[in-house]
Amino acid sequence: MKAYTTKEKIQHLLISNAVPIIFILMSAIAIPLSGFSPTYLVQEMLIRLARNSFLVLSLIIPILAGMGLNFGMVLGAMAGQVGLILVSDWAVVGIRGLLLAAMIATPIAIALGYVCGAVLNRAKGREMVTSYILGFFVNGLYQLAVLYAFGKVIPISNSELVLSRGFGIRNAINLAGMRHALDYLVPLKIGNLNVPVGTYLTIGLFCLFIVWFRRTKLGQDMRAIGQDMHVAGAAGIPVEKTRIIAIIISTVLACYGQIIFLQNIGTLNTYNSHDQAGMFAIAALLIGGATVSKATIPNVFLGVILFHMMFVVSPMAGKQLMGQAQIGEYFRVFISYGIIAISLALHAWKRQKDRERARRSLRGEA
Amino acid sequence: METTPLLRMEHIGKEYFGNRVLADVSFTLEKGQILGLVGENGAGKSTLMNILFGMPVIGQTGGFEGKVLLDGKEVVFADPLDALDAGIGYVHQEFSLIPGFSATENILLNRESTKYNFLVEVFGDRLETLDRPHMRERAEKAITTLGVDLDPEMIVTEMPVGHRQFTEIAREIDRENMKLLVLDEPTAVLAESEAQVLLQGMKKLAAQGISMIFISHRLQEIMDVCDKILVLRDGRVIQEAKTHETSVRQIAGWMVGRKMEEAAEARPADRIFGEPLLKVEHLWVDMPGETVRDVSFDVRQGEIFGIGGLAGQGKLGIGNGIMGLFPAGGKVFLGEAPIYLNDPRFSLSAGMAFVSEDRRGVGLLLEEPIEWNIVFTAMQTQDAYIRSLLGGLVKWRDDKAIAAASKEYIDALEIKCTSGRQRAVELSGGNQQKVCLAKAFAVKPKLLFVAEPTRGIDVGAKRLVLDTLRRTNREFGTTIVMTSSELEELRSICDRIAIVDEGRISGILPPTAPVEEFGLLMLGTTGNGNGENEADRMVYHNE
Repeated sequence: MKAYTTKEKIQHLLISNAVPIIFILMSAIAIPLSGFSPTYLVQEMLIRLARNSFLVLSLIIPILAGMGLNFGMVLGAMAGQVGLILVSDWAVVGIRGLLLAAMIATPIAIALGYVCGAVLNRAKGREMVTSYILGFFVNGLYQLAVLYAFGKVIPISNSELVLSRGFGIRNAINLAGMRHALDYLVPLKIGNLNVPVGTYLTIGLFCLFIVWFRRTKLGQDMRAIGQDMHVAGAAGIPVEKTRIIAIIISTVLACYGQIIFLQNIGTLNTYNSHDQAGMFAIAALLIGGATVSKATIPNVFLGVILFHMMFVVSPMAGKQLMGQAQIGEYFRVFISYGIIAISLALHAWKRQKDRERARRSLRGEA
Repeated sequence: METTPLLRMEHIGKEYFGNRVLADVSFTLEKGQILGLVGENGAGKSTLMNILFGMPVIGQTGGFEGKVLLDGKEVVFADPLDALDAGIGYVHQEFSLIPGFSATENILLNRESTKYNFLVEVFGDRLETLDRPHMRERAEKAITTLGVDLDPEMIVTEMPVGHRQFTEIAREIDRENMKLLVLDEPTAVLAESEAQVLLQGMKKLAAQGISMIFISHRLQEIMDVCDKILVLRDGRVIQEAKTHETSVRQIAGWMVGRKMEEAAEARPADRIFGEPLLKVEHLWVDMPGETVRDVSFDVRQGEIFGIGGLAGQGKLGIGNGIMGLFPAGGKVFLGEAPIYLNDPRFSLSAGMAFVSEDRRGVGLLLEEPIEWNIVFTAMQTQDAYIRSLLGGLVKWRDDKAIAAASKEYIDALEIKCTSGRQRAVELSGGNQQKVCLAKAFAVKPKLLFVAEPTRGIDVGAKRLVLDTLRRTNREFGTTIVMTSSELEELRSICDRIAIVDEGRISGILPPTAPVEEFGLLMLGTTGNGNGENEADRMVYHNE
């Protein structure tokens, strides 16, 4: 094996971390421009880390199993919302409400995850686009359920939830009873900063779970399948079943992630909340330096901080710079979605290069 | 004193769709013995091993005749995992390793040592955690048994090729009840020194009572490690012999020797050729499965030049590389003009044409009519069969000229079809091949590459295709480079035949040379210059 020079090593480091580096530079420019105080930014980041991390972490296991970014996580988000709507109607509040919502949502998420996994087994190698479109399809079913079945088939007694026509759920649901129920389960205040300790503990447990899971036989099997499905299959590992398990785990965790997300925000946008959950989580993960085939826990936290930092500061930076907040907002959206596209293209390009490098020894000089 | 042999295969026969590939093959293998299985491609080696392993393809195509006895008991494996359970391991020609895993993880793939935890009660055994220290111990044990130097923590992608092969074999050794190991061309990718280590390892395993079936086309290796050899040809056992009672030369003769009727055909002894038309210097081609390492040769004007050799040695890569279909390097001249490689259009415009071995993939536009297929290349590269309007601003397909030209070829080559408008996909293999030839002829090439022209077509069509090639050569003086796996075919039509082995030309012979000579070249066991070759290979692998 050829040794690499220092210059090559640095180049490699810069290229492989290009995305987070770009975002760190952009933040470095935008933060002073925005004029926000450090305390404000730290408070915002503390809240947003709690809000989003669980959702982003739920993406890791399918990547481990070689199934790419699970755009199908919106299925889990929808399941979580169904749980929250029912619990709101029954007026169970606080942490008990959240737990009950999770209990209701889990079987729905498992069922949806199974369906999603089974479909993806028929679309090997095209998991991302398939799960993306599957998200739209299940969104249709979800809308049918909340627009029609709730109030018609499933009784909803709380008139604040139901549209005036007598069935169907209103556009916005106030989760005041559950707001911050997990965040401030263990109250802690450092100076002026509120720290959502309860959620951090949950996220910490989740990270431990991922670390532990990688070391189980199932985790090892997923890594094997992720790298070479055929070899793993020939060694007797049940490929399809394992892939379904990976998607079920991801869907169920995304469902919990969405519940945590919404208890932090405090209102549920019945018809929109889940829509953006997937796209934002995936953008955050990629911005943190993950790729379609490799994602680590540090990627998640770095990504959430950078993504939300841009979220917070770019409208203000735009206003200071151009006199219009919309310009900053426009750039943030433009760049966030651009990053997803670039990451996917970079990944394909890198795979091509790797293949060429693997065959290099078979080629002559010249 | 009669002991039960470990493996006995009795009167094995197999037909694929009425095509007999194995007939009455019987042999036995004792405990701790190494059997060398040799034969040309298509001799039936793979089919025989597929039967032993119960590969699904055998069952799906109507099963097989005869019996397989392991330890004296008849066994029928429904799939390869059953065979593994019974103690038969298979080391594949292609690596089946997980690239990002360490040697240990690969050796113990899906047989990892695990530790219990309480979650297992709820979610099942797969939530046991891995016992890494114990896994490492087991991997080290397997590596020591094999007697090679392999770091158990090294990641596969960082390993030299040889170590990957050792990892594969160590994986089979770790199985507790391993009795019989089939090694399919395990040394093909190894450097000489690595191959030696592997052969030593095989002897060690045999001494511990593990039997082996060793498939290799490097006959010297077979001679070095095997107790006995079994030579297959055309699906039959030609010879079973003790290794020490035979020689490389004799085995080569058994492998390729067959009645040479076609080769004896009348051939004008003194054909006269012009200046060298094609000059190839140090060509390399990165064609997956047919890598060309370093090839130099000349073809003279008016000659039919044959390229032979076993499958996977690189003979197909030469034509594909010169025509620009795969990444290639080196120097190629047509006449005096250099050919820029990696640009199919340039190669075509320079006056070369190619009949691909991949008839249905590269050769034909399957869904289009025969007419279009025949004129397609000429139309694209030479603007033939095109009418220009407005001074070339608009180009029009000249359907009348196309119909007339293709009718000519259809008649001349006796392509059996309803009309020129019939779609290519509806034709039989032989007629498709004729369309491919017509397509190449329509370019009116100075030099024609033909790869595997008779593969998968019936006997009558074969003769017609070969006759057409010969006639084109005689009547129009077209120089032809023909690549084929069938030695007799090459001997029946070519003026000179180059044999390719491991990506290099191991020798060029006249078609009248004795068949053993060809066999020896194919097996890379020529006496002269072999040492030098090996040295080359070593340098190459150390890169």
